[in-house]
Amino acid sequence: MAGTLVTVDAPAERWQDLARFTKDDLGCLYFNWLSAIDWKEQGFEVVCRVENLESKLALMLRTKLGAGGLHCATLTSVWKGADWMERECYDMFGVIFDGHPDLRRILLGQDWEGHPLRKDFVEAQYAPYR
Amino acid sequence: MEVKRPLPQIPSPVWSDVKDLQEWEKYHQTRGDDDKTSNALTAIADAIHHMPGGWIVTTSTDKIFNWARKSSIWPVTFGLACCAIEMMATFASRFDVERFGMVPWASPRHSDLMIVSGTVTIKMAPMLKRIYDQMPDPKWVISMGSCANSGGPFRHGYHVVKGVDRVVPVDVYVPGCPPTPDSLMYGILKLQDQVGEFQKTGTRGTAPAADHN
Repeated sequence: MAGTLVTVDAPAERWQDLARFTKDDLGCLYFNWLSAIDWKEQGFEVVCRVENLESKLALMLRTKLGAGGLHCATLTSVWKGADWMERECYDMFGVIFDGHPDLRRILLGQDWEGHPLRKDFVEAQYAPYR
Repeated sequence: MEVKRPLPQIPSPVWSDVKDLQEWEKYHQTRGDDDKTSNALTAIADAIHHMPGGWIVTTSTDKIFNWARKSSIWPVTFGLACCAIEMMATFASRFDVERFGMVPWASPRHSDLMIVSGTVTIKMAPMLKRIYDQMPDPKWVISMGSCANSGGPFRHGYHVVKGVDRVVPVDVYVPGCPPTPDSLMYGILKLQDQVGEFQKTGTRGTAPAADHN
């Protein structure tokens, strides 16, 4: 297992349980990143990578939110470091993380309209300075 | 024992809501009717200019003023991206723009020139406009690099201003990605030529993007 990348898929309602399992039982203390994929009509898929740095185990956790689904459980109760990654994911994809302590935009301005990394995002040409 | 602190609730800053800053700038940017010294000087200059042959005096004074202006252009130290590295190299000892009388100054209120060195994002554009507004007249802008000129490689992105001339008026465009210090120095020399013709080319227009605010 050392040095390999294992991908684990979970249903959306077991997302936090999977995260707790990887942290408590597998020792994945290092939360690397979290992002999302827009599969268009199939909906969003939230992906995150966690690692156990001692045993050199890397896990890719994935969950599908379903068609039209935007709500996902937060991982900030498991890893504090998931805070800003989930804010960025909300900023870019509009995925709403339930239970997040401070879900605001992090990179774009607070008055930004839309979520630019979605496939159906159309740039507004009449917005300021464009 | 674990102490739980509440998360600090910091309101997001919205620049248009900072009323006192705006009033402070308005106070410093506009000359009121009660400024008797400036109004008297303007009246005297107008009187001399409209006397027969008086324009010789005023245009000669313009030449002296322009010589002084172009010999002491102070750029505000305002770096945005990787172009700022080349700008710093231009300011440093090897290329040494201090021989042109340029002193990089860390305050927009004492500066004459803003070198927009790098990518201007839509989030950064109001701050750039604010720094430009804080500079006293007369002021000049050099757009340095492809990103500041037109958006550059990020032109088709969603978050980059497609040219800084949509935010502030630009006098000299320096192409390059990033421009070498030689290119920037050539642009500075071109700007000095322009400053030498300052009064002849008429007064400066307002920012073209003022309507987009």
